[in-house]
Amino acid sequence: MKIESNNFVDLASIAVRNTDQQTAVRRGTRNAYNNRQAAFTQFGYEHGQKLRMQAAAAKRRALKSLPDLLEEAEARMKENGITVLWAEDAAEARRHVQEIAARHQVKRIVKSKSMLSEEIALNGALEGAGLDVVETDLGEYIVQIGGEHPSHIVAPIIHKSKESIRDLMVEKLGMPFTDNSGEMVAFARQRLRPIYLDADMGISGGNFIIAETGTVTLVTNEGNGRLCTSAPRVHVALVGIEKMVETVEDYALLTQVLPRAGTGQHMAVYTSMINGPRRTDEPDGPEAVYVVLVDNGRSKVYATKYAEVLSCVRCGSCQNACPVYRSTGGGAYGWVYGGPIGAVLTPLYVGLENAEPLPYASSLCGACKQVCPVDIDLPRMLLDLRHDMTVRGHGSKLYGFGLWAWSITQRTAWSYRLTAWAARVGQKIMGRWHPGPIGAWAKYRDLPTFAPKTFRQLWAERGK
Amino acid sequence: MSPPKGKTVSLFVTCIVDMMYPQTGMSVVTILERLGVNVVFPMAQTCCGQPAFNSGNRREAARVAKQFLRAFDGAEVIVTPSGSCAAMVRHEFPSLFAGDTLWGPRAERAASITWEFSEYLVDGLGITDLGGRLNAPRKVGLHDSCHGLRVLKLGGQARALIGEVENAELSEVPDCDNCCGFGGLFAVKMADVSGAMLQDKVKSITGSEADVVVTGDASCMTQINGGLARSGSAVRCVHLADLLAESLEGQEAPK
Repeated sequence: MKIESNNFVDLASIAVRNTDQQTAVRRGTRNAYNNRQAAFTQFGYEHGQKLRMQAAAAKRRALKSLPDLLEEAEARMKENGITVLWAEDAAEARRHVQEIAARHQVKRIVKSKSMLSEEIALNGALEGAGLDVVETDLGEYIVQIGGEHPSHIVAPIIHKSKESIRDLMVEKLGMPFTDNSGEMVAFARQRLRPIYLDADMGISGGNFIIAETGTVTLVTNEGNGRLCTSAPRVHVALVGIEKMVETVEDYALLTQVLPRAGTGQHMAVYTSMINGPRRTDEPDGPEAVYVVLVDNGRSKVYATKYAEVLSCVRCGSCQNACPVYRSTGGGAYGWVYGGPIGAVLTPLYVGLENAEPLPYASSLCGACKQVCPVDIDLPRMLLDLRHDMTVRGHGSKLYGFGLWAWSITQRTAWSYRLTAWAARVGQKIMGRWHPGPIGAWAKYRDLPTFAPKTFRQLWAERGK
Repeated sequence: MSPPKGKTVSLFVTCIVDMMYPQTGMSVVTILERLGVNVVFPMAQTCCGQPAFNSGNRREAARVAKQFLRAFDGAEVIVTPSGSCAAMVRHEFPSLFAGDTLWGPRAERAASITWEFSEYLVDGLGITDLGGRLNAPRKVGLHDSCHGLRVLKLGGQARALIGEVENAELSEVPDCDNCCGFGGLFAVKMADVSGAMLQDKVKSITGSEADVVVTGDASCMTQINGGLARSGSAVRCVHLADLLAESLEGQEAPK
């Protein structure tokens, strides 16, 4: 996927004017946010907080011993009959998948939703190699037939209205016209069923890998993950190296937190725990299972003060809570991950210079930290990234100069008073003419007026 | 934080209150003095440095913060009618001067004696009932300012104070904890997004029954009132101190 994160301001300006999308994103995120709130407070606020803190501790512990856990997981998975491959970057990950497909004479591939596969631009590469690739998560399927990208970690088509999805399905799939979403889902299901059975290979992501047992776990709501990983003869799981957890107990905890945070469910509808290929006494399951452990920038982040961000369980709750994301949708962020998590991850993964506006795409309201099921301090990271930006000379020179000049005036009481006076006089002279940034502000709000006397003047007069 | 009872309060009015809402500063003085608190105003104060800090320009932020520390050097207790400025002093000053033997301890000290206005009244002095009364019944909505809510964990204090005011009825504003879209330079740098966030806020206020919306941050007031005025609504956002001071007008001071 082409990185367009430097265009955030323009893309966001277009997005906030797209009323259909606005309505869809606002409704979707608000529902998910409210459901999350209800799920986390069902047994009281304290219980929800405790759950969050325990989950955070489990992920931090795993992160701390990540190198060891990766080795342990690899050994256990091999014992389970899984072939483990390592990919340092996107190209190596794509190559692995292509080679597996060639080795097993694969023609058709079904995929369960995987943001990592978006990250490494897998579909294009597989199609380029002449393979038939079908996304089977309903949202992802719509994204695929529409030639788009997912705009949300959990709900890929949160930006689309029911009507626009219907029109797309009528146009691209020949679906009979309907306004009934149940009929739309049923149509898609009928289209997809034979495709699973016909597929040679299934590709999935992985929500967690349990190191002590070598188990790949998958959380889905549509059952498509289960079909993709058990119907075809080959299963490939693409998993980021940060997805390790130590024990089954830790997993049991995290699997309660993830659906609560993402959709407000206490449990996901389908939870798969994959321990390897079909055993001789088993009636179904793939003949071969591969796990590709993908780095693609993660170990680089691991070595920095931002390592904590690798605890992310990809629930999307920060996106649902973020008023910026609610206004713009995920597309404006210009790469795979939108919202607060994207504003932190994208610059770290693709380079600060390729995502300059993203750390500033936040009012620092802190809602993202408040809802994060593993308590990642995203606002702190946004502040730190902004600092990194200025230290490395990225970001706006104009604002940098402005803040430098401003800081000089705030350094003494007399220069502060002079500035306050100049601002008041300036506003009188300018009247309704607002140049540059002030004009942008005045587009949506009536400008505040400076009071005739400052507080310090009132205070001084009072003393007389 | 040590109990601030009986100590002189050094008022930090913040740059926005000083220039845009001086009356809010006076309201704070009125209320504190009525409670028998000795209030001083260090004239050397300017700004807390938050605009630069939030932009990532920490050198500039430190430059401004030093002036704050100089101005409040002898303070026993610092009170400010702004959640975000209080959060800046309390949570960012220490890290801004971490490892600095000269300024570090001064920053730590300032952080440990700085209170947001409603927090000082309720948690510091243990007062919720000021004995106030509004002239006519009014439905009072709230906007929970982000830094106060999520960094300082405020919200209950303002509600408790309003709850005791006669003729003031607390009124639910939907999404009262949703950001208004100000965010300092965010409102300028990303004016369109900030504008969209403000629309949300204006809609939830005008769609509620509130006659007035109270908040603890002058910056949110600037943003929200700008949006309410532009939308033609008669509802206004006022600072908690202003509502409380109004409720005390014409009231006998407690003996």
